[in-house]
Amino acid sequence: MAEKVMAKGTEAIAEAAVRAGCRLYFGYPITPQSELTEYMARRMPEKDINGVFLQAESEVAAVNMIYGAGCTGHRVMTSTSSPGFSLMQEGMSYIAGAELPSVFVNVVRGGPGLGDIQPGQCDYFQATKGGGHGDYRLVVYGPESLQEAVELTFKSFDIADKYRTPVLILADGLLGQMMEPVEFPEFNDPKSFADHSGWAMRGTDMKRKPNLVSSFNIDPNGLEEMNHRYQEKYRKIVENEQMFEEYMTEDADYIIVAYGTMGRIAKSVAKEAREKGIKTGVFRPITLWPFPYEPLAKLADKSKMFFAVEMSAGQMVEDVRLAVNGKKPVEFYGRTGGIVPTPNEILSKFMELI
Amino acid sequence: MPYIDKMKGPHALSGKEFTYCPGCHHGIIHRLVAEVIDELGIEGQTMMVAPVGCSVFAYEFFNVDGTVAAHGRAPAVATGIKRAMPDKVVFTYQGDGDLAAIGTAEIIHAANRGEKLTSIFVNNAIYGMTGGQMAPTTLVGMKTTTSPYGRKIENEGQPIHVAEVIKELRGVAYLERTKVDTPQDVIKTKAAIKKAFMAQINGLGFGMVEILSTCPTNWGLSPVESLKWLEENMVPEFPLGVFVDKVGDAK
Amino acid sequence: MEYKNLVEINQERCKGCGLCINACPKKVLGFSEGYNAKGYHPSEVQRPEDCIGCGFCYRMCPDVCITVKTLAK
Repeated sequence: MAEKVMAKGTEAIAEAAVRAGCRLYFGYPITPQSELTEYMARRMPEKDINGVFLQAESEVAAVNMIYGAGCTGHRVMTSTSSPGFSLMQEGMSYIAGAELPSVFVNVVRGGPGLGDIQPGQCDYFQATKGGGHGDYRLVVYGPESLQEAVELTFKSFDIADKYRTPVLILADGLLGQMMEPVEFPEFNDPKSFADHSGWAMRGTDMKRKPNLVSSFNIDPNGLEEMNHRYQEKYRKIVENEQMFEEYMTEDADYIIVAYGTMGRIAKSVAKEAREKGIKTGVFRPITLWPFPYEPLAKLADKSKMFFAVEMSAGQMVEDVRLAVNGKKPVEFYGRTGGIVPTPNEILSKFMELI
Repeated sequence: MPYIDKMKGPHALSGKEFTYCPGCHHGIIHRLVAEVIDELGIEGQTMMVAPVGCSVFAYEFFNVDGTVAAHGRAPAVATGIKRAMPDKVVFTYQGDGDLAAIGTAEIIHAANRGEKLTSIFVNNAIYGMTGGQMAPTTLVGMKTTTSPYGRKIENEGQPIHVAEVIKELRGVAYLERTKVDTPQDVIKTKAAIKKAFMAQINGLGFGMVEILSTCPTNWGLSPVESLKWLEENMVPEFPLGVFVDKVGDAK
Repeated sequence: MEYKNLVEINQERCKGCGLCINACPKKVLGFSEGYNAKGYHPSEVQRPEDCIGCGFCYRMCPDVCITVKTLAK
């Protein structure tokens, strides 16, 4: 680990991606993530990096460039914000179907439609329930801090490689725009990366049969077989890759459930509630898919109430209800429009509910 | 009897039977691309991107690494491949629905950037796979399943002339419109395809050949009648010729 | 009988489109009376003696069914 440096969220993720071994970036400017694209525009051509930066003509083109570069099995990445991520859904479905390792960043802003450019968490459904067509999943990480975002960026490339799957870092606009000190890990050694030469498109050199990469199979039995393979992969991911944080939950009567920067704010709320003598903890999913249902369900046996807080009209709360499964009440508080609720605001809502 | 092969299917084809209707020109064009790959000795370095449309299976017909893009996105996919592996040869194979309707943004920007790609553009003035609907290149008055009374200028506008649009873009290194309805035209088209590949191999920029071809099934004509229809109707609308040539004559 | 040029047609692959027959300047080719497994009347060589080995049939065949051979010197 190097020394701590002050970094902006979008730029920290970009630098982490470069250090994780990404040398192919295709993107399209959109607020509030354009600094990530701009950082890559500066960084990729540097001599010691010698990577590819290309500004596409649209998010539609960008995601298809990711598809193409992904077909070669090299580490690829794009970043966007909500309206742009909607445009990428077609490509995401193809990428999931063709099983191409790739990393996406969605710095979420207020929606729907053009919405605004303030922070939001209103793309949770799209990210975790499949925004494109067909039965597919993305691995979705929701970091709460820049340090965690940096570490999850590294992890995203490894998971993408390990499972041949697209991975999404779902960062709200707050995380993208904030500045705080981070420590960057050392550069990955490309020799340590997964060997994709068995399936990737790199030219046959007349030494092997052609590698065909696609999500296409006109034979229903063949396509179902492919779907079984996807589902088996997703089952393994559910089994092995769930991440979450429990904060002061051991003795908690009340559990606030929140992810991303809201998870961080929830911790302040829990601390303040404890100062008032209310035993409160926080459950923070880090993987939004796979959602940590079972660990959350366990808390339902000993806690009295769950309180989901989001910068949305209520999306993740549906997964909380699935996990709690009617055992205890699940309450919700959310702000929309790109408004970040303050700890005091959440606390007073919380006090009303208990 | 000591006979030797004079003309034989190229090595760069996988040998799998084409899925096209009888008389469809896709098969001729596939063979020409494969012959060019053979002659340039680039089979092991070449990768292709198939479109959505009748040639959606095209990546199974060649002896090269391949994929199939979302409808219209082949030039963006090919860009991603080429940028990742700039020493390789990458081509897209696209029909008029794919390239000239849903994929206009992708083809224009790939051409404009001067991507070192080759695009084989097959123009038969109709959507084949979906069942004979109107394409952007459908002729005025031509009846299709979605222009049952004939294409009308007031309603659908006039056929798009792709080569004439692309020729204005400065990243283009080779651009020609040909046809494949006679053996002589087949020979000319092969030469054009070769130059469109040379454009990327020599690092000059984007190469494209627009090839007028038939769709006997959806035109409602026999394969042989279709040749005449192409000659009499498509050629006057889509003039043949070389639009851009920065490749020059082969040594 | 040894001809200078030889056209071989993969009749099981042939879809009977007739483009080779149409292209042949010497009327060497024609449709066979029988069917292939696909149900088409494939193209066949009917007048091999007239073949000049121009390869027009090969060039126009959309299904790569044709091989043109010539007598080695």
